[in-house]
Amino acid sequence: MSLNSRIPSGPLDQKWSTAKKEMKLVNPANKRKHTVIVVGTGLAGASASASLGEMGYNVLSFAFQDSPRRAHSIAAQGGINAAKNYQNDGDSVYRLFYDTIKGGDFRAREANVYRLAEISANIIDQCTAQGVPFAREYGGTLANRSFGGAQVSRTFYARGQTGQQLLLGAYSALSKQIAVGTVKQFSRTEMLELIVVDGRARGIVTRDLVSGKIQSHLADAVVLATGGYGNAFYLSTNAKGSNATAAWRAHRKGAFFANPCYTQIHPTCIPKSGDYQSKLTLMSESLRNDGRIWVPKKKGDTRSPDQIPEAERDYYLERVYPSYGNLAPRDVSSRQAKYRCDEGLGVGPSGLGVYLDFSEAIGRLGQKVIAERYGNLFDMYEKITGENPYQVPMRIYPAVHYAMGGLWVDYELMSNLPGLFVLGEANFSDHGANRLGASALMQGLGDGYFVAPYTVSNYLAQGGRVKVDAGAAAVKDAEKEATGRAEKLLAVKGKRTVDSFHRELGNVMWENVGMARSAESLNKALKRIPEIRDEFWKNVSVPGTGAELNQELEKAGRVADFLEFAELLAWDALQRNESCGGHFRVEYQTPDGEALRNDADYAYVAAWEWKGEGKRQELNKEPLVFENIHLATRSYK
Amino acid sequence: MKLTLDIWRQKGASDAGRFETYTVEANEHMSFLEMLDVLNQELIGSGKEPVAFDSDCREGICGMCGFVVNGVPHGPVDNTTICQTHMRHFHDGERLRLEPWRAAAFPVLKDLVVDRSAFDRIIQAGGFISVRTGSAVDSNAMLVEKNKSDRAMTNAACIGCGACVASCPNAAAALFTGAKIAHLGLLPQGQPERTDRALNMVAQMGKEGFGHCTTIGECEANCPAHIKLEAIAQMNGDFLRAVFAKREESAGGGAG
Repeated sequence: MSLNSRIPSGPLDQKWSTAKKEMKLVNPANKRKHTVIVVGTGLAGASASASLGEMGYNVLSFAFQDSPRRAHSIAAQGGINAAKNYQNDGDSVYRLFYDTIKGGDFRAREANVYRLAEISANIIDQCTAQGVPFAREYGGTLANRSFGGAQVSRTFYARGQTGQQLLLGAYSALSKQIAVGTVKQFSRTEMLELIVVDGRARGIVTRDLVSGKIQSHLADAVVLATGGYGNAFYLSTNAKGSNATAAWRAHRKGAFFANPCYTQIHPTCIPKSGDYQSKLTLMSESLRNDGRIWVPKKKGDTRSPDQIPEAERDYYLERVYPSYGNLAPRDVSSRQAKYRCDEGLGVGPSGLGVYLDFSEAIGRLGQKVIAERYGNLFDMYEKITGENPYQVPMRIYPAVHYAMGGLWVDYELMSNLPGLFVLGEANFSDHGANRLGASALMQGLGDGYFVAPYTVSNYLAQGGRVKVDAGAAAVKDAEKEATGRAEKLLAVKGKRTVDSFHRELGNVMWENVGMARSAESLNKALKRIPEIRDEFWKNVSVPGTGAELNQELEKAGRVADFLEFAELLAWDALQRNESCGGHFRVEYQTPDGEALRNDADYAYVAAWEWKGEGKRQELNKEPLVFENIHLATRSYK
Repeated sequence: MKLTLDIWRQKGASDAGRFETYTVEANEHMSFLEMLDVLNQELIGSGKEPVAFDSDCREGICGMCGFVVNGVPHGPVDNTTICQTHMRHFHDGERLRLEPWRAAAFPVLKDLVVDRSAFDRIIQAGGFISVRTGSAVDSNAMLVEKNKSDRAMTNAACIGCGACVASCPNAAAALFTGAKIAHLGLLPQGQPERTDRALNMVAQMGKEGFGHCTTIGECEANCPAHIKLEAIAQMNGDFLRAVFAKREESAGGGAG
């Protein structure tokens, strides 16, 4: 099938204004006649619901948590990028665009990324106006800090809780619309199926997580803002509830899944401490503004870090990448940490760790300044590890963090299924093969506040939809699918818990599809995943019934979907015979261990099409056309 | 370490609950919730129903987790959510009593899970600044004193977990509501709606069935986000001013 990305013609810096000029509008009196479903209340979902509600549409908003304020955007720590150039350090829309394209290892769509950079400044203004308490200078203006992959300071922040503050801002805007009645909120409600009528997305089937009731909701358009799939690896920095079910169910109904192999491994997370571990905790990239990363030069050096003299330490990021140093991008930094640990230089009980050391910064700036910048992160580290990072260096190790891949969308953020829009981490469009720090918050809010309100309206204004009856076959079939799957999971009555399968899948993924992938490891995963899936459906134990609050049943449905999705992720990784960004194939690397791209054969988006149960997805390619920038080998040296 | 747990079990909102006793083997590196994960895996393995409890980020920021351990919301570690409490704070042979938040405005849904939607409705009553998407001015066109901005941030840090209500003998939501009123009231952007915000949010607290604040201070002692009692003072101040402002408004209107 041919993919139409609907990128407007004309010069790069005029594409978005051209698109807006050509869009159709819905008259104010007609807006309330249109219903839009928004699944997810993170930055993208809440901002889209609030904005669409404010415009006058009838919005139905869904969250599986008990409140829209809990979505995992809340855990983002370090900051949000914007090309404001408040620091007068040479930043511009073009530079943010270029850094993002380069950071993504030249695997993102130029036009989308340029638009993101263009609207970035509006996002900061919108959030400030909502009362988001961004850090400020003594003169009362906004402060900035630096993040990886950039040589300017363009990151806005609210202590180490930027995601929380931005999300609470979007949540407050959403709450205002709930109060006036343009948004109806459904919390503790999970989407289990997409309803497609005449080839268009027309609704969803949900389960009320308290009563267990399965119900359909019909609409003129469906917006998925359901986050990423990092929990396919079981251990990740994602929340326990983060899942791929909404996206996967849409995929099975025809929406293409793009670049699933692009998964970000974040370099600075607290290392795993045991097999009971339920999740991994991130330590913000912003710490690399002042922390220095090192390992001992000598293998098996068991001295405590303060006993190792300067001359016997290897500050390897500063050594290998002198111009970016500790602020090298995430994929590059993670790989270097892995190399050191593979060489036997890792620290901590497992040998899977490197030091992130603040002693030099504390000496230079004083503990008070460091506490002001990162206090809550230092507290969190101490709570988890029992060690005081003001006195001993943090120990960190890479962990799965973010999904650059996601459902395929065109320039208007609509999937190949008309009427299905996908925003934020759930889509694939802006980060290529690697996301730069502080860009996820920018994209989530950009999509929700400043893109979807235009593009969803444009779709609604074009009409062409028939009225859907609640008793229509497509609706009833989707309800039956959702009910049937829950019944099937409850009926297995096997011997193994849902978590044991999820953990096993996660191990297979981390060992074979993680930081370094090879054809051999990927084939191993592709053999093993279907075996685990088969055993899951024969031997999983889901206690209780479907007609009550049943957390095991919720998890079982999500793990069942991860067991299908993970196979596509591994398959996509096997087909991409190059290394780029977060996708590192050991067969394709430069002599000094950097990712080796193959632009001649792989400068495309891999958009996978569901072909039915038990069949391989079919590959559709969207060629990436670079009209404005020259593809270069990414260097941070 | 071996622990004995007396856990509140309640099948549904309208069922009667009771404590049941379990033993679990834990180690000091586990978080409290990971210890409960271990217990639940064992319960499922022996054909019993696992204990329902809420959690999501497990990093202390989403506010989803929370229950009472030996009478203290979020357990014995000061100003720390239960998901960030690790087992090194407990010892072998300890007996712990786990129960849900107890407040009329937070009905129990199952075991340790409660319904906190009353908090959402308090925010909907006025915990926002009305600004249409796209109508904001440049951020630096509005200067904010650093000290005030920092204080606004301190109050904005509330995670909405409900521990303040669970700590309070009156089951008051004053710390939660006060934190939002203080956050927005300290900023220039929050001034135009300051009067209505205080009146409407305070009224909603009453409608939801939360009790009155008598300044006992248990909420501050247990707040994982370090919200201080001065948030409540700010709320009371704003509320009083708002009551008088409204009287003047209606008097003026009547005279016209």
